[in-house]
Amino acid sequence: MRATFILRKLAGAVSTLAFVVVFNFFLFRVVNKNPVDSMFRGRNLTASQKAELTRKFHLDGSKWDQFVGYVRQLLRGDLGLSFKGNRPVVDVIAEALWPTILLVGFSTLLAMLGIGLGYRAGWRRGSRFDTTSTSLSMLTYSMPEFWIGMVLLGIFAAKLGWFPVGGLEDPGSTATGFSKLLDQFHHMLLPAIVLAIAYVGEYMIVARSAMIETLREDYLQLARAKGMRDDDVRRKHAVPNARLPVVSLSAINFGFVVSGAIAVESIFSWPGIGQATYIAIRGPDLPVLQGLFLLISAAVIVANLIADLLYGRLDPRVVGR
Amino acid sequence: MSVLELHDLCVTYRTEGGKVPAVRGVNLTIEEGDTVGLAGESGCGKSTIAAAVLRLLPKGTRVTGKVLLNGEDVYSMKPGRLRAVRWTGAAIVFQGALHSLNPVRRVGLQIEEALRLHQTVPVGKMAARVDDLLERVGLPGAHASRYPHQMSGGQRQRVLIALALACDPQLLIADEPTTALDVMVQAQVLALLEELQRERGLSLLFITHDLSVLTHTCRRLAVMYAGRIVEEGLSAEVFARPEHPYTRALAAAFPTIGDTASRMNPQGLPGDPPDPSALPTGCPFHPRCDRAVDECATADVTLRPVADGAAAGWRAACVHVGVDRG
Repeated sequence: MRATFILRKLAGAVSTLAFVVVFNFFLFRVVNKNPVDSMFRGRNLTASQKAELTRKFHLDGSKWDQFVGYVRQLLRGDLGLSFKGNRPVVDVIAEALWPTILLVGFSTLLAMLGIGLGYRAGWRRGSRFDTTSTSLSMLTYSMPEFWIGMVLLGIFAAKLGWFPVGGLEDPGSTATGFSKLLDQFHHMLLPAIVLAIAYVGEYMIVARSAMIETLREDYLQLARAKGMRDDDVRRKHAVPNARLPVVSLSAINFGFVVSGAIAVESIFSWPGIGQATYIAIRGPDLPVLQGLFLLISAAVIVANLIADLLYGRLDPRVVGR
Repeated sequence: MSVLELHDLCVTYRTEGGKVPAVRGVNLTIEEGDTVGLAGESGCGKSTIAAAVLRLLPKGTRVTGKVLLNGEDVYSMKPGRLRAVRWTGAAIVFQGALHSLNPVRRVGLQIEEALRLHQTVPVGKMAARVDDLLERVGLPGAHASRYPHQMSGGQRQRVLIALALACDPQLLIADEPTTALDVMVQAQVLALLEELQRERGLSLLFITHDLSVLTHTCRRLAVMYAGRIVEEGLSAEVFARPEHPYTRALAAAFPTIGDTASRMNPQGLPGDPPDPSALPTGCPFHPRCDRAVDECATADVTLRPVADGAAAGWRAACVHVGVDRG
């Protein structure tokens, strides 16, 4: 792959990120002009207490000074202090990150099974397999996450008792190492299945239509004429050409893995980023929100960068031009 | 033995709009080492024949009659046998200007794939064989590592020729290999095909809409119209004195290089080829024919011998053929 291609994509990603940092900073200053007042609404603060708090949250000085301070802080990996509980924002986010990556990452992988399904359905367009899997995908795709979540929770957790009703692990559990992981997995499975059901259809439909796009291509006819088996024509010639739309969809979704799943995390009391976002919005805990926004934007930008670079690997024409 | 025999071949596509008869009873024989040209406008069924020979037509297409490759009926072969015969019994030179090469795979790999499928050469000798093939069609062996988009149309066409030759097929079917190439490149590709044909004694079925191309490349010639052969014979004779009015129109549509009269006055053929799903009655060509008589609207004339060329198998399907030229 050409170095200029990689550099160009890298420069694009870095400048987008820089824009996000600037935008993010000023967005929250516009949203709330005086956070200290709204935080302690209804309580009597002396002027000196107010000044003290304002300094503590770096809200003193001109906007420009605040911005420079913010960027300096950011470069040290410091996202400031949460308005709540006096904790560093980095800690609040880090705590919620692992459960979310576990849950949403796993469910995304599950949902990606839809890709294989979609390729096969598109390859045999109009067959019974195609019509069945396409209508099923449409059905699950159109069901809202929270609804699937509540229904499955009602059946498999509340009624049948196969899964715990929520949380990251059994309350009061002292398990460590592998058994702790197993316990977390058991808690994760049901919400992960909910998310997978909600997203499998999207992958399936995109993969199917990408496959149908390639069906009429002459090189498939040539491959058949060479004496290749139909399955190999699909695997070796059709799929590599149907990959691009699927790769972009996957990249975008992987970017959103860290943003969590607000609805499902709430239903299953899953202590992930989605829930952290929900709590921060209710505050509103501006430093946490600002940190979350930055994290999510960065993840999406990185995922898209990876997709762009993958494009170059998957389709040589992308690099050439 | 004949390399290819088509006996009363009929191909009917099934589309959403109904059944479309694309080929309606074609008889054609290609002897070993012979070169046969198949000409006609787009939609006349000539490319359908190429696909029919290797059973590459879409599912649901109705094929009747017989296709014999080296005496073996292609349509009664088991799947395994069919795959073995594809590319070894007959190989197709597809159109290089279009997407006949997979855009995301290196061309060398695409040639190697054919060698691998038919175990033409041992694995260790594949790279060398790919090199040889590319060099034989006038490309440097290093081009094996290129992607199709890194080559010109003419180079891609050469790759497709090399690809078709990979497994030493007994019959080479060239399906409009020069369409959409510019004239200079067209001439080079034609010269290459002729050279390879002579050198290897290849049997060749050359499909094109350009009649003048065929007279150089092919010994015999068949002209198709609306799914049927309307004239066949030795190309030199047919091109010089076409019997069927359609052949005449087709020959006049391409100016002969060096002949000022024809260049200054190329003759187009009025009207469009008929819709295969709604063919005119009688001779399908009669609505566009300048020599049509009343009889043409009702009588569907089959091929009849042309009086002074019958020995060479010259035949044409027209009411005016076989009667005294007044």
